[in-house]
Amino acid sequence: MSLWEYANPQKFMHLSRRVLPFVAGAAALCLIVGLVWGFFATPNDYKQGPTVKIIYLHVPAAMMAINAWVMMLVASLIWLIRRHHVSALTAKAAAPVGLVFTLIALATGALWGQPMWGTWWAWDPRLTSFLILALFYLGYIALWAAVDDPDTAADLTGILCIVGSVFALLSRYAVNFWNQGLHQGASLSLDKEENVSDVFWFPLLVCIAGFVLMFVALVLLRTRTEIRARRLAALIARERMG
Amino acid sequence: MIALLIRDVRLAVRAGGGFGLGLAFFLLVAVLVPLGVGPDGGTLARIAPGILWVGALLACLLSLDRLFALDYEDGSLDLLVTAPIPLEGVVAVKALAHWMVTGLPLTLVAPVLGVLLNLPAPGYFWLVVSLALGTPALSVIGAFGAALTVGLKRGGLLLSLLVLPLYVPTLIFGAEAVKRGAEGMATGTPLALLAAITAGAAALLPFAAAAAIRINLR
Repeated sequence: MSLWEYANPQKFMHLSRRVLPFVAGAAALCLIVGLVWGFFATPNDYKQGPTVKIIYLHVPAAMMAINAWVMMLVASLIWLIRRHHVSALTAKAAAPVGLVFTLIALATGALWGQPMWGTWWAWDPRLTSFLILALFYLGYIALWAAVDDPDTAADLTGILCIVGSVFALLSRYAVNFWNQGLHQGASLSLDKEENVSDVFWFPLLVCIAGFVLMFVALVLLRTRTEIRARRLAALIARERMG
Repeated sequence: MIALLIRDVRLAVRAGGGFGLGLAFFLLVAVLVPLGVGPDGGTLARIAPGILWVGALLACLLSLDRLFALDYEDGSLDLLVTAPIPLEGVVAVKALAHWMVTGLPLTLVAPVLGVLLNLPAPGYFWLVVSLALGTPALSVIGAFGAALTVGLKRGGLLLSLLVLPLYVPTLIFGAEAVKRGAEGMATGTPLALLAAITAGAAALLPFAAAAAIRINLR
């Protein structure tokens, strides 16, 4: 019994069919509890007023936008090294989800920035690196869509994902060159003295858990769709042959 | 490999287009920006480093799609893959040839265009140095993008989309070096980082590009 057994599409489909409802249900539960708690049961910040509540969407989306790319990187490496098709398909399935999370982070940030900073957009290091991350997602998805042969597409996007990760990291630190910018520093670190207050922290944790579960559920669902599409293509090809 | 270099440079210069196009584009940017922004010297001096770097980057981008596409279409890329020299070396040589017909001329004409954009006097030296250090990275990264899209029918737009985010660090450090030089500040840090990107890209990306070509020709 090892993890690699689920590289078999049959076993993956079998397991994911049973797991998916629970993951999706848990995601919905966490998001409902976290968002309702966050929006209606926490006090306003004394400086930011009610706008502080966008944190419950903005922070989890931004975290998952980065984590989704890391997950794609791991899946691409597994595909390139061990040639498990399910792995390549999960990377493909995760990309649009990651892109949407990136866009959510950018949009909620703009909505919050307008009343707080007086501007929708600033060329701040964090904002800029998220824009670049969105470009990386777009390029990755476009490359998947442009190549016809699925194995060639998986190989090429895998290489792009590895090279892109290096350059995304480089860009993240290159934009730091300008200045610290408008965006506040990290306030959720585990090792720091002063963090965000517990009143906001607990509902935020629930929201983060909800976003993680939602990501897993969406990736499972999309991977199942990809596997079915692959089977359908194989069936059609067999039909033509016979 | 030297024969390949000479062949590529000769093809680019003689076939017309590749060689002149980038330079003409660079010139156009430098002429059009003052017309659009207005002739105020102070404004131009402030944006000149950025405009010159963006112009060089876009001019480089223009000729990327012919880097492997022409060889792919007439089949000589298949011959190069099966040739006794390593494909990684072929990619590096082709990137070098691309740099010699785009990056190098761009670096040499940049000071002239700096005059048009009212670049402050101390900036010229750093403009040439930063372009000389940075444009090889543009060519190598571009070669990687071209290798990814070589098998595609309409790869041009996709190539730009793939390569553009990869160009970001080079652009930031390059323009920053010129800006600091023009203001008389120390340029060591951005120049060192720029050189590091070029060295790292030249050392590692040919392997990624060669892998992509092998996949595309499979």
